[in-house]
Amino acid sequence: MSLSATTARPSPAAPPSPDVSRRRRRGRLLNRLDVKYSPYLYIAPFFLIFGVFGLYPMLRTAWMSLHDWDMIGEHSFIGFDNYTRLVSDEYFWNALVNTFGIFALSTIPQLLLALFLANLLNRSLLRAKTFFRMAIFMPNVVSVAAVAIVFGMLFQREFGLFNWLLSFVGVDPVDWDGHRWSSWTAISSMVNWRWTGYNTLILLAGMQAIPKDLYEAAEIDGAGPWRQFWQITLPMLKPTFIFVVILSTIGGMQLFTEPLLFGNGNIIGGNQREFQTLAMYMYEMGIVNLNTAGYGAAIAWAIFMIIIVVSLFNFLLVRRSAK
Amino acid sequence: MSVTTRRTRLAAAALAAITAIGGLAACGKDDEKPAAGEKPAKLVVDTFGEMGYDELVKQYEKDTGIKVELRKTAQLGEYRPKLVRYLATGKGAADVTALEEGILNEFKPNPRNWADLSPLVADHSKEYLPWKWELGKAQDGRLIGLPTDVGSLAVCYRKDLFQAAGLPTERDQVSALWPDWKGFHDAGLKYKQGSGGKAFIDSITAVSNGVLFQGNGDLFYDKEDNIIADTSPAVKNAWETATSMADISAKASTWSPEWSGGFKQGTFAATFCPSWMLGIVADNSGPANKGKWDVAAVPGGGGNWGGSWLAVPAQSKYPTEAAKLAEYLTNAKSQVEAFKLKGPLPTNLEALKNEAFLGYTNEYFSNAPTGKIFGESVAKIQPIYLGPKHQAVKENALEPALRAFENGQADKNKAWEQFTKDAKTQGAF
Repeated sequence: MSLSATTARPSPAAPPSPDVSRRRRRGRLLNRLDVKYSPYLYIAPFFLIFGVFGLYPMLRTAWMSLHDWDMIGEHSFIGFDNYTRLVSDEYFWNALVNTFGIFALSTIPQLLLALFLANLLNRSLLRAKTFFRMAIFMPNVVSVAAVAIVFGMLFQREFGLFNWLLSFVGVDPVDWDGHRWSSWTAISSMVNWRWTGYNTLILLAGMQAIPKDLYEAAEIDGAGPWRQFWQITLPMLKPTFIFVVILSTIGGMQLFTEPLLFGNGNIIGGNQREFQTLAMYMYEMGIVNLNTAGYGAAIAWAIFMIIIVVSLFNFLLVRRSAK
Repeated sequence: MSVTTRRTRLAAAALAAITAIGGLAACGKDDEKPAAGEKPAKLVVDTFGEMGYDELVKQYEKDTGIKVELRKTAQLGEYRPKLVRYLATGKGAADVTALEEGILNEFKPNPRNWADLSPLVADHSKEYLPWKWELGKAQDGRLIGLPTDVGSLAVCYRKDLFQAAGLPTERDQVSALWPDWKGFHDAGLKYKQGSGGKAFIDSITAVSNGVLFQGNGDLFYDKEDNIIADTSPAVKNAWETATSMADISAKASTWSPEWSGGFKQGTFAATFCPSWMLGIVADNSGPANKGKWDVAAVPGGGGNWGGSWLAVPAQSKYPTEAAKLAEYLTNAKSQVEAFKLKGPLPTNLEALKNEAFLGYTNEYFSNAPTGKIFGESVAKIQPIYLGPKHQAVKENALEPALRAFENGQADKNKAWEQFTKDAKTQGAF
């Protein structure tokens, strides 16, 4: 920091009267304080808000996770017992598998589709571009609850649209929330429907930031559109892609509303917990069961750690494969 | 000054600021209690669903000059988290709080959150259904809640569907079809045969719900709050009865879209109705089906599903006045008024004998004398001890296992294993 440079001001030629010099000295002090500390004041609001709503709850949750914590009763310190219990908790692992299963089913097709759509929208030949860009983003504006309720109806066993359509090709009605694969498919389809457009727009923005002359040069060299896509678009899109992947990871690991509403609001997610996600399990233990709030806090921290690990993994994967 | 120390200092200052804010928030509200005997300007009442207090509260304001604010929450699922927050943070709770059966049991292990009402109100122990009064007490003997209503239980059935399948339609004859659960199953099979294979009841969890509360003896807990779900004969009986009904069930679990849609579509011809369910059946079936439903007695006599109490949180500034208000809202006269307005069944013995209550008929349900039907059923309810996490064991262990069996996801043994295992974790407190 080079703040100290401003304090070395040239001294005035004539010696001022003592009164003036005192005032000037005070002014100089204020000035120095201003220069030194006011930048911190300017950025303070963010840190204060982050501290109150971000950092403090996190630390508090960590503290809770070391306790046997009853929401409306006593708490006692038990060290890392909640975490050791977590490792041998069958339902925790079940929720982890469900979360990753739904995450894979929703993120992978979603990003591929988004990439495809973004590439289409990026074509200079396309007419009514703004219309398509708006249209593709529309699902994201709809509230999650509405999406989940409508999809819940479409996937109903008795009167649902999908079972009705399946009946035409001779498939027996599927009990969508009765199996792992079917419930995962149903939930993933909600996530995909809602987020594909969003990712498409972000990827599209990334594509448009790629200099046009690269493509022109490639064309002169005789590269077709497919080759251009692989060798220019994809590598240049890397930073955007990493961003999109990390956002999807965070969203996927925290999936909550869709599976909850898909199962009629039952927190255990299916009769045999076929689609209970980590976030739902955390809610079950931390909020619904009053007496296991400490254990719920431990699950929250576990989710946090998992997100970090998975994000790092994805980050490395995307960076390496794009090289 | 090096950069690092400046940073550390700044961090320390920021941390201090954060703690200061936290501290300020913590002591922002002064907790001083008013002098004893001081009359409050206002009392707050928290209720969920429709408890029928609107007019009563106005009357109380007129009589006492104390303003009463009635805070209503429609859904219990929304009400419970709010209540938990009030108790966990020690502020925000109303002076009088309605507690549903499941919530009350869950809150009982921490009785200090609630004011002991016995020194604050006159002794009413002989005026209510004895078991209902007892359930209002915590383990340490303090009286947490004054009884409001009870769910009771009856069977709602579709007359037109019964007729088409060759079953009797008149409510006394229908009740006579099933003196016990075996009779109910037989009637279901007959309906299935007569209707070309249609389902008779909505789900087997509805059956288990009915049977559980007729049980003699403890359910998921014994009196010392040990979990006995896997050995309790009453639970086993409910399990066996419910699983035997799988062949006449529409597999539409209560509150699911299949269930609410099923009322209009007629996917099932009968369901179990606590008195508060009548309005829900009417809403789901729609005006087109008015007069097609009727109400008969439940197999095996009485039964119960739901019901509430009024309690005073310990954090209330005016526990004495709040207790008086709760006392007023639960007295015989008020319970009859509330029933007439919104339909919660009285628990006060005098109210249960009231002419206006017994003479009440429900227009939507073919003018069935619901007051008389439910009133009689109430008298047959067996007093049952429910442990602290009864609701959680029922909803997150027993019912999922039954549904897994009903849907063919697990055979009967597997499903029972699932239940007993989950009952242990769900029931722990």
